[in-house]
Amino acid sequence: MQTAKQKNSSLDRVLIQIFLIGNAIIMLYPILMMALSGFKTNAEIFTRPFGMPSSFNLDNFKVIWTQTDVPRYLINSAIVTGFSVLFLLVMGTMAAYALSRYRWRGSIMVSLFFLSGLMLPLRLAIIPLFIQLKAMGLTDNPLGLIAIYTAMSLPATVFILTGFLRSLPAELEDSARIDGASELRIMVQIMTPLISPALVIAGIYNAVPIWNDFFFPLIFIQSPEWKTLAQGLTQFFGEYSINYGVLYAGLTLAALPIVVIFIAQSRRFIAGMTAGAIK
Amino acid sequence: MTAMTDADFRRAIRARTLRRNLWLAFLLLPPMAVMFIFIFLPMGSAVLYSVYEWDGLVRGDFVGLENFREVLFEPQKSKFLFNAFKNNVIVFVSVMVVQNGLALVLAMLLAREPKGYRFYQVVFFLPVILSTVIIGFQWKLFLNPVFGLVNNLLRAAGLDSWALPWLGLPETALPSMILVNAWHWVGFPTLVFLAAIHRIPKDYIEAARLDGASEWRIARDIIWPLMAPAVTIIVVLTFIGAFNWFEIPYVMNGLEGAPGYSTDMLGLLFYRTAFGSISATDSDFGAGSALAVLIFLFIFTVSLIFTRLLTAREIELA
Repeated sequence: MQTAKQKNSSLDRVLIQIFLIGNAIIMLYPILMMALSGFKTNAEIFTRPFGMPSSFNLDNFKVIWTQTDVPRYLINSAIVTGFSVLFLLVMGTMAAYALSRYRWRGSIMVSLFFLSGLMLPLRLAIIPLFIQLKAMGLTDNPLGLIAIYTAMSLPATVFILTGFLRSLPAELEDSARIDGASELRIMVQIMTPLISPALVIAGIYNAVPIWNDFFFPLIFIQSPEWKTLAQGLTQFFGEYSINYGVLYAGLTLAALPIVVIFIAQSRRFIAGMTAGAIK
Repeated sequence: MTAMTDADFRRAIRARTLRRNLWLAFLLLPPMAVMFIFIFLPMGSAVLYSVYEWDGLVRGDFVGLENFREVLFEPQKSKFLFNAFKNNVIVFVSVMVVQNGLALVLAMLLAREPKGYRFYQVVFFLPVILSTVIIGFQWKLFLNPVFGLVNNLLRAAGLDSWALPWLGLPETALPSMILVNAWHWVGFPTLVFLAAIHRIPKDYIEAARLDGASEWRIARDIIWPLMAPAVTIIVVLTFIGAFNWFEIPYVMNGLEGAPGYSTDMLGLLFYRTAFGSISATDSDFGAGSALAVLIFLFIFTVSLIFTRLLTAREIELA
């Protein structure tokens, strides 16, 4: 026999599921419609907006792959994101290592130097940054973007990695030191591998916003050969503004790489992207 | 073994200290140099630039606070500033209520670990990983008055009179964008809240349940106060995000905050002032820098106040 309370809680459970399923549909349906519309012709989008496409032909995707710069934008984004993440992890580890594994005078000041970067919104300094990068020959140049992204990411990266490096026991280094290993070797071969989960978290935390960024390329990149994906999409939207099937296909293609990685690695993604907000 | 004299010993120590300092310098100088050149130097210059007159890329005379007076008190310019500011405030308040309110409900429900709750987490977080540009364009297509998904659905439901040109009307353009923003980001506060709830010791909630407390009371009197640090972070992040809002309005309705500046934001105004635009004026680095300094001071001060007020209500768990 069910008590009133149990009955109540099973009703609760049904209501909760309805609410959550409703929300899941609201989140998934637009993404699904975007992908499906990418297979449709213009006529189909008008006549059968909700239905399945008449066939899963790849014409729209072929147009994008062969007639637009979108593949080039994808490659550019991969280059910029890849090098930025490489540099920010290497430099972030160096700084975090010096701050967490050695005791020295002034280390608090240097910590504050990095931490204060967390509070400076670089977008608002875009005018001097523009003048500066122009003088350095870094406008219209992927190196300019890589430098900016590396610098912007360092405060959070140092912050995340310092926490992990501090938690490693000192015995590890001490015994390696007694064996005569150099400081560089201790750092690279013994300590850094131990924080690889933290490196993954810091990498994702920074890589996703860099891959998605639109603002800095908008200001610093003009020539199509170096446009990144998010920025290049605005160009593509101007050119194909009435061919809706192609537009949807372009959006789908642009979203695809990160969605695939996210679905394969959802836990790491969620842990990584919320790393800055969870103490 | 040879005996070490005091002098030898001191020399050895000095050599070791020098080696260690060189090693620390090797580790710290590259990242500090990158930060200095690409963050601190431009941020400092922004303040300096705001007190000069500018002719394109060329710096002119020192003008004191003239640029600030211009953007704050010259009616032709200040009306844009105050209109954009008002819109940013609307965005902040609406996002707090709609997006973070929904996130709080979702997190409370997910914390009870209903069936499929891992699946729900992934689904709610999915749009968060996508570029704002993709989201903006996608919804611009969906909100198209003639063939867009939204109006098609409304007409299919018999609500023909509801099928409005959502992005074309001053009354509906901004609310539409705020809802798009909520759709894009709701997964983020949801999972931050959820992580905070999971950190509350289970026995607190179990004990209350055994004492016969209702789920509502548990949520209000135990979970809500104990998740305060997460709320602090989300409020501050939402505030900073709302006053830096740029991509969604830019992608969906352009640099001029169409229609009729109803979706104009401080970020758009700053961009137009700094780099020029079709309708407005030429690029003006002086006024742009003054705007940047004002926006920064405002965001910085209010974030600090929020942090102070909100951390005061945080409870330390013993």
